[in-house]
Amino acid sequence: MKLTGAEILCETLTRLGVQHIFGYPGGAILPVYDALGKSKLHHILVRHEQGATHMADGYARASGGVGVAMATSGPGATNMVTGIATAMLDSSPLVCITGQVSSKLLGSDAFQEVDITGITMPITKYNVVVSRAEDIARTVREAFIIANSGRPGPVLVDITKDAQQASTEFDWDACGPQLPPKRVRNNHDQVEFDRAVELLNAAKRPVILAGRGVILSRAMRTFEQFVRTSNIPVAMTLLGIGCFPATDPMNLGMMGMHGEAWVNTAIQEADLLIAVGMRFDDRVTGDLRTYARSARKIHIEVDRAEINKNVVVDAAIVGDAGETLALLLPHIQTSDHSAWLAHIKELKGGSAVRDIQSLPDSGHLYAAHVINDLWKVTNGGAIVVTDVGQHQMWEAQYYHHNEPHTLVTSGGLGTMGFALPAAIGTKFARPDREVWAVVGDGGFQMTMSELATIVQEKLNIKIAIINNGYLGMVRQWQEFFYDKRYVATPLIAPDFVALANAFGIRGERVTSRKEVVPTIKAARSSDHAVLIDFRVEQEDSVYPMVPAGAPLHEMIRRPNNPLVETASEP
Amino acid sequence: MQTIVAYVENKPGVLNRVASLTRRLAINIDSLTVGPTENEEIARMTICAHTDEKGAQRLEASLEKLVDVLLAENISGRSMLERDLALIKVAADQQNRPHLMELIKVFRGRVVDVAPESLIVEVSGTVDKIDGLLEVLRPFGVLEMARTGRIAMTRGNDLLRPPEARSGGKAETAPASS
Repeated sequence: MKLTGAEILCETLTRLGVQHIFGYPGGAILPVYDALGKSKLHHILVRHEQGATHMADGYARASGGVGVAMATSGPGATNMVTGIATAMLDSSPLVCITGQVSSKLLGSDAFQEVDITGITMPITKYNVVVSRAEDIARTVREAFIIANSGRPGPVLVDITKDAQQASTEFDWDACGPQLPPKRVRNNHDQVEFDRAVELLNAAKRPVILAGRGVILSRAMRTFEQFVRTSNIPVAMTLLGIGCFPATDPMNLGMMGMHGEAWVNTAIQEADLLIAVGMRFDDRVTGDLRTYARSARKIHIEVDRAEINKNVVVDAAIVGDAGETLALLLPHIQTSDHSAWLAHIKELKGGSAVRDIQSLPDSGHLYAAHVINDLWKVTNGGAIVVTDVGQHQMWEAQYYHHNEPHTLVTSGGLGTMGFALPAAIGTKFARPDREVWAVVGDGGFQMTMSELATIVQEKLNIKIAIINNGYLGMVRQWQEFFYDKRYVATPLIAPDFVALANAFGIRGERVTSRKEVVPTIKAARSSDHAVLIDFRVEQEDSVYPMVPAGAPLHEMIRRPNNPLVETASEP
Repeated sequence: MQTIVAYVENKPGVLNRVASLTRRLAINIDSLTVGPTENEEIARMTICAHTDEKGAQRLEASLEKLVDVLLAENISGRSMLERDLALIKVAADQQNRPHLMELIKVFRGRVVDVAPESLIVEVSGTVDKIDGLLEVLRPFGVLEMARTGRIAMTRGNDLLRPPEARSGGKAETAPASS
C-alpha cells in the first residue's frame, strides 16, 4: 500500500492507540493536517502551542499513557519548549511531533526554520529529525517506546515537509522499532539488596518516602502491601500524592518545603528512610548537610543516575518500584513500631492546633478553606489540576487524594500557566471524572486563552481561581526574606466573571466563606464549564515553610493569625 | 582525572548529545576521542574528565541514559593502557638537529618530516611521556602541536564489548485510553 509520509504518520498514531492529538497547524505541518482530516484521530485545536504540550502532559498524567502534541516548525515548535521541559522534570511520557522545513532547505534559515532538536536536546529524553517518509513509522513507534519505558519522559519527532509529502510503500510489519542495543544491567545487586533487608528489619524509627515512581510503576497495591507488612509510616512528595490513600492512618502527608511539620520532624528524627521512586529534590530535603542525619537510607529508583546524586545512600536498588518492592516483601518482618508511631501522632497533635482549619470563621475567606470545602463537597473524588504557587501547596495540604492520577501538577519545573491546559488534557483522558482546575490569578492569566479551547471542545471543566491579587508565593518570599518589599507582585486582573462570560462560560464570584459550598455545589450540578473567582485573603501565607536551603526541621510556623483576631473585634 | 569508555551509535548528533550532557552536568572534559569499532554501526569514545569519583559515576549513569549510548563505563582505577598521540613541529636548524634527534630517540619518538628550519616529531604513549618530551623540546621552540587525546583499554580478561542484539525493546505499549 502506497501512502504519503503524512498518511503514514496518522496511520501509525492510530495503530499505536492514540485517540487525541493536541496541536496547532502551520505551513510545515500542513500535509499532516490534511491527512488528519481523513483519519479518525481527534485533533484538539489549542490557542497556543505551550497549551498543546501541557494538555498532552495532563492527558499522560491522568491516563497513565502517552500524550501527543503537534505543532508546526519555527515558533510553533519553540512555543512547545516550556511544556516539554515541564514533562521532562516530572517524567511525563509525551510524544511531540513538529513540522520542519523541507530537507533541502535545512540549515538555510528558511522561513519558520528553527533547530528544534538542538533546542530541545537537554529537555527531551530523546529527539530526532526525520527527513524520509520511509523512516516515519519506525521512528514514531520508537518514540512511543522511549517515552513510556524506564523513567518516562518527552520525545520530540521533527518531520521535514518533504518527508510528509513523499509517497512510499507502507508495511506495518516491516517498519518495527529498531532501538539501539543497550547493555542490560544486572540491577539487583545482591549485596545492596541484602543490606536493604537488614536495615529494614532492624529499624526502630523508619519512614518511607514515596514519590511519583510508585504511580508510574503502577505499584500502588504492592506499595500498600509493603506498608502493611513493614508497618512503616509513609511521607510523600508532591508528585507522590495519590500513590497511597491520604486518609490511611499510615500516611503522614506531604514532606518538604511546605510539608506538614510532623512529617518533616519525623524525617529528621528517623533512623531509616526508605525512598521509593523519588529523587531527593532540594524542595524535599532542605539543607543536605543537616538532612536526616541519624537515618540510614535505602533508595529504590528506576533511574540509576539518581542514585547518590543528592543524598548518599546506604543501600541502593536500581529497578522498577513495584518489581523491587515485590522482591523485598518476602524478606520483610513485621515490626512493632508502636512507640515511633505514637511519637509521630504526638507531633501531629501539636501542629493541628496551628492549623488554619482550627481558626474561627471571621468572615474572611482563606484559600485553604476554599480547597478544604472543595474536598468535602466533592468527597475527595475529583481530579484536581493545579497551577504553581500558594494555591498548589494549599491544595496539597487540604485536598486529600486517595487515588493515583487524581492530582495533576507541575512539580519539578514549577510551570505557571500549567493548570488550565493540563485540565483540558485531563478531561480528555478521564471524561468520566469530575475535573477541577485550581489556579492562581497570576498563572491563570498566563494561559487563559485556552478557555476558548474548552468552549470549542464543549468540555465540562470547573475552574477555581484562587484570586488574591498578588503573585502570592513570590509575595510570601518577599514578606519573609525581603522585608515586605512587594516588587512586581501586586497584579491586577480582568473581571474574571465577565471574561468567562465573554468566552461563553458561566462565571461566579465568591467573596465570603458562607458562599463557598453553595457555589461549588451549583457549579457541580452544571454539565458545562463553570469558572469561579474566589476572592481570598490577599496576604495569607503557606505554612509551615522551610526557607530554601535551611534545615528541614527549621520551619516557619503559622503565627496566631492577627487578621482573624482583629476581624473578630467589631 | 577520570576515564570513561562508551560505545555509541555511529550516527550524526551523538557526539553533540554527549558533549551537551557534560556541559549540563558542569563537568569539564580534558579530552574526548571518538573512533569506529569493528562494527561500523558502533563507535567507541574515550572521555577523560576533570571530576571526582562521584562525578564520574554520575556521568557514567547519565551517559547510559542517552538512547544512543549503548554502554558507558568508568574504568578509572582499573588496570589499563592509555595512549595519546602527538605531532610536534619544532624549530630546528643544521646546528641543533643532531642534538634534537638524540633527545627524540630517548622518548621513542619518530621524526616524520624534516624541513630546513623545522622538523615534525611523532610520539605516542602516556600523557606523562608526551608531556616529558614536550618539556625538553620547548627550549628549541615548539612551532605547532596536534594531540589526539587519550584512548584507553583495560588489560587482559577485563573485556568491554558493546552489546550486540538490535531489538525492538520492550513490547510496544499503546497509550491508555479512557
